[in-house]
Amino acid sequence: MSPDNYLYLSAILFTIGAVGVLVRRNAIVVFMCIELMLNAANLSLVTFSRINGNLDGQIIAFFVMVVAAAEVVIGLAIIMTIFRARRSASVDDANLLKY
Amino acid sequence: MTAVHLLASASHTSTHEAVVFWILGPLSVIGALGLVLARSAVHAAVLLAVVMLSLAAFYTAEQAPFLAVVQVVVYTGAVLMLFLFVLMLVGVDSADSLVETLRGQRIAASVVGLGFAILLIAALANGLHGFHAQGLAKAQADKGNVVAIAEKLFSTYVFAFEATSALLITAGLGAMVLAHRERLTPRLTQRELMQERFARGGAAVAPLPGPGVYADHDAVDTPALLPDGSIAAGSVPDYLQVSAARPTVDVTERELDQ
Repeated sequence: MSPDNYLYLSAILFTIGAVGVLVRRNAIVVFMCIELMLNAANLSLVTFSRINGNLDGQIIAFFVMVVAAAEVVIGLAIIMTIFRARRSASVDDANLLKY
Repeated sequence: MTAVHLLASASHTSTHEAVVFWILGPLSVIGALGLVLARSAVHAAVLLAVVMLSLAAFYTAEQAPFLAVVQVVVYTGAVLMLFLFVLMLVGVDSADSLVETLRGQRIAASVVGLGFAILLIAALANGLHGFHAQGLAKAQADKGNVVAIAEKLFSTYVFAFEATSALLITAGLGAMVLAHRERLTPRLTQRELMQERFARGGAAVAPLPGPGVYADHDAVDTPALLPDGSIAAGSVPDYLQVSAARPTVDVTERELDQ
């Protein structure tokens, strides 16, 4: 087996996450799908690091994890705030800026 | 070990790694599909944990033990727990409705996703053709993964590292600001609470009788009896089914006769 297979797996996981973002309506599940996409990108970064023979890819994956942690905190706080105001976590219900 | 030999060993993984990949790879794809297809958000979170843990195993196999540990601690430990906490606050039973707001959105999204996957995989196959993996053996030769990462992180990437500290502090502050709620009415004192309780009337001054008082059972679903043998309302919580076999009234009458 060649390490390239990890890249194909990462592409598949990223696509599934993107489809989930398009399809799901529950804001929390949409957020989980975004996390899945970030994870898939991390897998490809680690594999690139291995293929190229230096550690920069792993360090960038580490930074992606840090930023993802900060992003989850803020995103979930926003979802909580919207839920408090509108009593719903569905992305279809937050349409005040539509018209 | 000659250079050619080294290249050959780096561009092809060991059998152990192939076994790990072909077991956990399909498992992670199934988990990701389940995350998209599961109706309950809690099921989606558990399936996401499956994907994240398989990725941690992949990192170990790809000579990145530090990232594997960070993946388990940060993603499955912290991020996923945060998701579950918010699910508890928002309501676990908030399942998605199956009604489509835009007609044909699901099919269109699936078709777009399939096309995107084909595009990505074709581009990867094209780009990786005839390319040999070098492996990390030289980069982390005698230092080990963690020391090699630390050396790079605190020299080349030290400004980015410092910037992440500012980012984390900003995120913490932002979460506090967003989650904060202003108190619109003054807090009631204990005296005001009591005045309100008795002003409404009908409140019991003493505690309500516990279940089973004066009855011949003291089980929680046996209502208390009043001195005249009738059942005291409020001695059994509403959510308890009062048991059908309740010989308490007869017993009390017998005792009264004696």
